[in-house]
Amino acid sequence: MIPASFEYVRAESLDEALALLVEHGDEVKLLAGGHSLLPLMKLRLATPSVLVDIGRIDELKYVRDEGDVVAIGALTTHHDLARNALLSRHVPVLAHVAGQVGDPQVRHRGTIGGSIAHGDAASDLPAVVLALGGTYVVAGPKGRREIPASEFHLGFLETALEPDEALTEIRVGKWGEGGWGFEKLTKRAQDWAIVGVVAVRREVPDGAGAGAVAAGSGIGVALVNMASVPVRAASTETALADGASIADAAALADADCDPAADVNASVEYRRHLARVLVRRALEQASR
Amino acid sequence: MSILGNRVLRREDPKFLTVGGTYVGDLPLEGALHVTFVRSTAAHARIESVDVEGARSAPGVVAVYTDADIDAGPVAPMGFLNQAMKRSFLADGVVRYVGEPVIAIVAESREAGADAAELVVIEYEPLPVVVDPEAAVSSETMIFEGADTNVPFELQFPEDPALFDDCEVVVRQRIVNQRVAPCPLEARAAAAEMVEGRLRFFASTQGAHGVKETLVAQLGLAPEDVHVISPDVGGGFGAKGSVYTEELVVGWCARALGRPVRWSETRSDSMVGLGHGRGQVQNVTIGGTRAGQITAYRLNVLQDSGAYADIGAVLPFMTRQMAPGVYAIPKVECSTRSILTNTVPTVAYRGAGRPEATAALERVVDCFAAEIGLDPAQVRRRNLIQADAFPYTTAVGTKYDSGDYLRAFELALENAGYDDLRAEQARRREAGSSDRSVKQIGIGISSYVEITAPIAGGEFGAVEVRPDGKVIVRTGTSPHGQGHATAWSMIVADAMGVALEDIEVIHGDTDIVPRGGGTGGSRSLQLGGTAVNQAAGEVVDRARELAADLLEADPADIVLDKAGGRFHVAGTPSISRSWRELGAASIERDGVPLQAEADFEYPGATFPFGTHVSVVEVDIETGQVRLLRHISVDDAGKIMNPLLAEGQVHGGIAQGVAQALLEEFRYDAGGNPLTANLADYSFISAVELPSFETAFTETPTPLNTLGVKGIGEAGTIGSTPAVHNAVCDALAHLGVRHVDMPATPERVWEAIQSAGGSPTESDTETATGATGPGPGA
Ligand SMILES: Cc1cc2nc3c(=O)[nH]c(=O)nc-3n(C[C@H](O)[C@H](O)[C@H](O)COP(=O)(O)OP(=O)(O)OC[C@H]3O[C@@H](n4cnc5c(N)ncnc54)[C@H](O)[C@@H]3O)c2cc1C
Repeated sequence: MIPASFEYVRAESLDEALALLVEHGDEVKLLAGGHSLLPLMKLRLATPSVLVDIGRIDELKYVRDEGDVVAIGALTTHHDLARNALLSRHVPVLAHVAGQVGDPQVRHRGTIGGSIAHGDAASDLPAVVLALGGTYVVAGPKGRREIPASEFHLGFLETALEPDEALTEIRVGKWGEGGWGFEKLTKRAQDWAIVGVVAVRREVPDGAGAGAVAAGSGIGVALVNMASVPVRAASTETALADGASIADAAALADADCDPAADVNASVEYRRHLARVLVRRALEQASR
Repeated sequence: MSILGNRVLRREDPKFLTVGGTYVGDLPLEGALHVTFVRSTAAHARIESVDVEGARSAPGVVAVYTDADIDAGPVAPMGFLNQAMKRSFLADGVVRYVGEPVIAIVAESREAGADAAELVVIEYEPLPVVVDPEAAVSSETMIFEGADTNVPFELQFPEDPALFDDCEVVVRQRIVNQRVAPCPLEARAAAAEMVEGRLRFFASTQGAHGVKETLVAQLGLAPEDVHVISPDVGGGFGAKGSVYTEELVVGWCARALGRPVRWSETRSDSMVGLGHGRGQVQNVTIGGTRAGQITAYRLNVLQDSGAYADIGAVLPFMTRQMAPGVYAIPKVECSTRSILTNTVPTVAYRGAGRPEATAALERVVDCFAAEIGLDPAQVRRRNLIQADAFPYTTAVGTKYDSGDYLRAFELALENAGYDDLRAEQARRREAGSSDRSVKQIGIGISSYVEITAPIAGGEFGAVEVRPDGKVIVRTGTSPHGQGHATAWSMIVADAMGVALEDIEVIHGDTDIVPRGGGTGGSRSLQLGGTAVNQAAGEVVDRARELAADLLEADPADIVLDKAGGRFHVAGTPSISRSWRELGAASIERDGVPLQAEADFEYPGATFPFGTHVSVVEVDIETGQVRLLRHISVDDAGKIMNPLLAEGQVHGGIAQGVAQALLEEFRYDAGGNPLTANLADYSFISAVELPSFETAFTETPTPLNTLGVKGIGEAGTIGSTPAVHNAVCDALAHLGVRHVDMPATPERVWEAIQSAGGSPTESDTETATGATGPGPGA
């Protein structure tokens, strides 16, 4: 519960943070809200020798209307997302789920960028962005690039981010018409999901802009904690596209993933939960 | 009008809510060194080699000790436990559980200690690991090689093979009362320094005097050379009633190094180092008539003691004492066996042996009711000990002081709206028969009686009136959240007619309070409160004599006007002496303070009781359980302060619910803890709990002048089986007969799966004539 010693640097801007990443190489870690990183450091499971605190970089805290897309700064906290009017109007599922993360303390410190960059498959927000077909914007010494959410998470705590890159923005298409559902089974309110499900049903209205059309219409279903990364329930999605009933499609919810067992759930129970919760989330989404 | 029985606000709270308390970790001990323990990562192993050189030369390290360096110990277990199971201060060549302290590093800072701990290299040669208590019984692996047994303590009685012969119905159930972590918010901490040749020891404890006795015995010191102080204590729940070897090491280091030494454990250490509670496997058999009369009961207890014979090994004694609970059962047998396993030792935890008795009995009463097709309320009503039967001696020889079980029971059912709940349950079952997404409700009842102040021993109390009119109360009890300062002040205010603000309560300092039994087993108010009351009465008598002298009257004519806090001659209130005047006069005239000390002699244990009703909602598809309502009626004799009593009940219920639904300390088969932090260990929070519906009935005890019993543990004892029964009740129509605690989503789902939605084959026999069933497992 006492971290190994480390050096602490506060970056005042994104450019400064990026320069520090380059300067310190493998030894450095960015510190956002600290709610995933600090617990690991206290258990000495993470022992970075330099921490670059990006928590006060205001230029990365925003929710912006960019026409067909809502752009979210990586350092926006869960609390601010949950309370954001723009997000609630255009991507209500993301605002809702941000309000379900952990407890109020966690939501006041934890950031969407940290949640995504950390790469814990038990996190809620990555699954939402995945279901929505969003993109991540990252910046590094070689400049800025965009990574589709479906290509970002590679394995447990492993992402497509290079060590000298920072996640700067999350981009999701505006809602349009449709519905959504979110189901999260926990033992206690503050817990991570034993299994979580995000289902979105999007209908692109006629005459929508290019961004919205690119995000596509149809149904997206993503699972929390059902694999080492957030995954889409592809078989369920396909079945629905082929006209299957919700019940039949939900029965395929766990077909494309390989969940692990832990103190809260066996593999079999997780698979069962995925099927039940997908059905419920789809029922909500179709209301 | 008496202040007793009123909702007096806690006098402790302004400090805690503003500047905060002063805990051991807050004490400004100048130049104090920090102790860091290197703990075993092996569950059972011989220590092959230890390399501490790296740690010794690390920055800030002052000393590194192994057990060989410590010229004290080992600690023998309590007298009636197996004496071969001694425990050294640090592991003595064999480690017996993950978390056992092996090395003590003393460093200039906590951080330096943590860094140095990383440099210690310990090589272990693994020994076979025993984690499952049932497997341990027949295991050839000896946790203490010299002991030739893994049983530190047992109470075995011959079984009557005919015990259930005349029963029409016999039901058996194996029940696991799981291991839980006590989780006081303040983890363990201690500090020690040498002051003028004496050891001054600061303890986060439930009893400073017990700590002193242990330090004296284990460090080989004279009693007058040890001074123990317990500052504010952030919870104990029984687990801080034990003195841990880490604390002995802290005391030893302060003497060895001649510098102040302190230790505050981390939460991660606490989860595997502070003892655990509960941990029983119970084989229970209940028998009776088809009409619902319970006539015979057998409880066989296997107590998981963990790796050393601590207090946990002894607790089945109390399980046995309370085995028959609230029922008039003519034939009762209870045998217990405690068994060592490669896990952290079990200790007292809120209820300590009694909740386990209630949990077993109340669960099988429901099983019995289900078997004969009677409402569980009806079976209880039929078997409760009647109010006119007290004092009542049970079939195991326990003598209950007073009670009116039926009154509390009926009130609880009434407050719950029991019949309406059953009707709602029937509606949901009906709706659920075609739609599994309809959530089902379960209603659980638990009627309990428990034993408070179970361990023989009186208590010290003293009251002194200072010349400035302030009243100093000294008590041998050791509050750590209970509110003794408030309650003891109320007692003194009531007896003496002084204002609460003028009363100060001192505890937890062995130089100021000469004796004390501390706080545990819900003993404090009935023993310590009564002692204070007795002392206050004696001070009033002395003051009366003094006033008589000063007023030149006969003491018999002097009256105490409690409203004004003044003594005067009856009928002449205008000429009087105040407490302040008398306090000053005593010193001026007689050269002694106006004070009295009392030792309230142990009058025997008291037996609080009550009934809890719990309502849960179960999501049949996921297994998730939500507590909708919890209704309690507790009777702890006279209620001194309903606010404090409710506080105790609320906390108790919360912990009881947590055991029923969420908490379980788990080890894997290799003895590795799986729930060693508060993310994995499902410590309950307010969000999971509804507002409790509490009520009291008051049946005074004849054993003390205040008529009070203990209320500290009753909430836990009453609530756990009510919630547990509610969960099982919610699933009964699906064929589920029993689900062990905690009723986590997965476990509930599994139970539903394996019941297959239709009545299961139950382990139940219907006796036929004299051949009857054999003895229970
Ligand atoms: C008690 C508790 C309960 C929780 N419950 C939930 C829950 O129910 N659901 C859920 O989803 N989460 C939960 N969390 C996690 C919470 O959401 C975390 O805050 C979040 O996962 C990480 O965000 P952070 O800003 O705190 O990141 P940090 O802890 O600061 O960083 C996490 C990792 O991401 C890296 N990082 C951070 N920001 C960036 C960036 N902009 N670019 C590149 N790398 C970056 C860091 O270097 C680090 O490796 C819980 C946490 C706690 C403590």
